[in-house]
Amino acid sequence: MATYYHRAVKDIKDNGFLSAVTIITIALSILIVSAFALFFTNANNVMNYWEKGIKIMAYLKPGISQKNFPDIKLKIQGIYGIQNVNFISKEEAFERLKEQMKRQSSILMDLNENPLPDAFEISMIASSQSCEKVEEIATKIESLPSIEDVEYGQKWLERFTNIFDLFRLAGYAMGGILFMAAVFIVANTIRLVIYTRREEIKIMRLVGASEKFIRVPFYIESIIQGTLGGIIGIAALFIIFKLISSNVEHGFKYELLNIKFLSPEFYCGIILCSMFVGWLGCYISLKQFLKA
Amino acid sequence: MIDAKDKSSIIQMFHVHKHYGSKKALIDINLNVSKNEFLFISGPSGAGKSTLLRLLYLGEPVSEGQVLVDGMNLSRISKKRIPLLRRKFGIIFQDYKLISTKTVFDNVALVLEASGKKRKFIEKKVRSVLRTVGIEQRINVLPHSLSGGEQQRVAVARAVVGVPKIILADEPTGSLDSDSADIILNLLKGFHTHGGTVIVATHDKELIRKAGRRTLYLKQGRMLGPTPI
Repeated sequence: MATYYHRAVKDIKDNGFLSAVTIITIALSILIVSAFALFFTNANNVMNYWEKGIKIMAYLKPGISQKNFPDIKLKIQGIYGIQNVNFISKEEAFERLKEQMKRQSSILMDLNENPLPDAFEISMIASSQSCEKVEEIATKIESLPSIEDVEYGQKWLERFTNIFDLFRLAGYAMGGILFMAAVFIVANTIRLVIYTRREEIKIMRLVGASEKFIRVPFYIESIIQGTLGGIIGIAALFIIFKLISSNVEHGFKYELLNIKFLSPEFYCGIILCSMFVGWLGCYISLKQFLKA
Repeated sequence: MIDAKDKSSIIQMFHVHKHYGSKKALIDINLNVSKNEFLFISGPSGAGKSTLLRLLYLGEPVSEGQVLVDGMNLSRISKKRIPLLRRKFGIIFQDYKLISTKTVFDNVALVLEASGKKRKFIEKKVRSVLRTVGIEQRINVLPHSLSGGEQQRVAVARAVVGVPKIILADEPTGSLDSDSADIILNLLKGFHTHGGTVIVATHDKELIRKAGRRTLYLKQGRMLGPTPI
């Protein structure tokens, strides 16, 4: 195996230009695919952050005594899928409203009494944040005798979930298409490279080289090229990411735009894919070429 | 009459035909080459000399007939054993067939690497063979910076380095001046002296005359027997 490895490394050096073309092609393909993956995972994170913000407001019937509040809270907490229940008194709600309205708060000054009801602000666990689950929980809460009404932005949630699902689906489809395009480009580049080395393969056969002797260094070569292409692609993406993210972070300091680079598992996976793509391109090309 | 059980033979051809579509390249060839023989196959261009050599190392298959090489029946040989057959030969091509991206050393070493020899042995053996053909000082250069004569010497070195049983030389002096042709002929004679079998396909009458060996004459795909020099 060591002999094959040395031959592969030597072949890469001997065919410097062709090897460079292959490595650059792989690097560019990896850069495009991983740039898309980076955008998609960050957009996904933003979507998840929004999704976490979905809350149910349960308004209490007027005249319910304060001493019943802990009881009601317990009943709500007993429903599966609830993470946190927070009581908001009508006074607190009124203060929040005043703060939100700021310039128009004078309108509220004219009111003789606080029109807002006491309420519970309810957040759900991650697995219960889909549109259907939220609706199910809301119905259960609404059926409690002391609850007058529940609100959770039904229409907005439905639209948001649809957009989110569409985005995910489009993301996977785009990712798949980009990946296939990358495999196609890399496989064809390797095929062209092997085609330019056909005379070498022919000579090796004439001097009595076995198929294994011919094939194995090509495989090792393409795996090395795949690895180098993958590393260069990811490194280029990291540099671009650092340049862009430092500019973005200057402008926005919100959690919403806390963009992150791909996780080590993810980019290691991309490099593994890159190695595989290199090998696959070589395998297909050699199979076709040696058959001929 | 050729006897298939003749143990002194290394190559035997029985009623061999080769055709490409309707074009007949070789017609009813019967040939017997003894071990340690130095044989010339002569004839004009297009007579079928190169085709005949290609049939011996399975560069292409015969259309009809049988070929035996050192006990191997080429019509029954499996694809896996073709490299083993080819290692019995050292082949010298008219156009040298050197790998342009590899140095002189690597071109010659390829044969030994393909047969699984150790690095140290390869290093020693290749240097020694390149010294014999008088090209050791050009060991690290690429083929394109060598003259035609030097390239052919590298091709000879590659052909003999694996100590094959048979050397096949296809027009080995075709594009060389007479001095370079003499060097190549002497190298082939040296291999023959050490017990090897040599088959040279050439139309170079001067080369045949200088060598003074058995010569068979091919014309339009037919073997006509000893050449009328």
